[in-house]
Amino acid sequence: MQIDWIMGLIGGLLIGSAGAVLLLGNGKIMGASGIIGGLVDGSARSEARERLVFLAGVLVMPLLLIPFAGTPDTNATSNLAVLAAAGLLVGTGTRIANGCTSGHGVCGISRLSLRGIVATVFYILAGGLTIVLFRHIFGVI
Amino acid sequence: MRLVISLLSGALFGAGLYLSGMTDTTKVQGWLDVFGQWDPTLAFVMGGAILPMAVAWQLTRGRRPLSGGTFPTPARPEIDRRLVIGSTLFGMGWGLAGLCPGPAIASLTFGGLPGLVFAAFMIGGMLLAPGLKARLDRAVPAE
Repeated sequence: MQIDWIMGLIGGLLIGSAGAVLLLGNGKIMGASGIIGGLVDGSARSEARERLVFLAGVLVMPLLLIPFAGTPDTNATSNLAVLAAAGLLVGTGTRIANGCTSGHGVCGISRLSLRGIVATVFYILAGGLTIVLFRHIFGVI
Repeated sequence: MRLVISLLSGALFGAGLYLSGMTDTTKVQGWLDVFGQWDPTLAFVMGGAILPMAVAWQLTRGRRPLSGGTFPTPARPEIDRRLVIGSTLFGMGWGLAGLCPGPAIASLTFGGLPGLVFAAFMIGGMLLAPGLKARLDRAVPAE
């Protein structure tokens, strides 16, 4: 358990450094949903190349680390209906709110942005309530 | 220059998401599950990530980005219906599957069918979002 917390802290520092590099280097906020969403709906055509390169880094880096850090497991549910509903909610919700855990959470809170803090409070409360409902009451997840 | 910076940032982000354990859905759902076996890992990840970012925001003062342009300014209005409703929907999906957009991409190569299904529907949701946003604004006129 404790080693998980230390790895969490180390990984977190890397995530924050990634955000710092993108902000100080390119003047961009590192928001995963915004970077993906802008590519998907075509609203970020002029930045398409740098966004694709960013996502390539996110996708490939874990593969390079697997030989050293062990085989990962997402332990995700195999219930396809739950995965589909969750994916739809995450996709629509993050684009309507214009941010997710990285954009509103990491980049917003660190700048003491009221938007980032309010968004984070709402998605954590909604996530916690969803776990109570679907795990402890309905027993689906 | 911009591409090198983007790649470096993406690589750091991917490494951080993977090493922190945030691609493991049980850690995310465990953190949200305050009435079950609570797992505090996510708080360490968030805290660790906010530290360097807070320093970075301080460094933006009186400077310009390395590759030119300007730093982003906070969005206005600060709190609106979109922010609250969107974040609530996102939180529901986050709790259901234990995945958010960053880890969904970082785990795509090893997450198997569940990861692919989640990512496909997430992208579908992102395509639906502009229409839903317009509906949301029409439903109750902006004050």
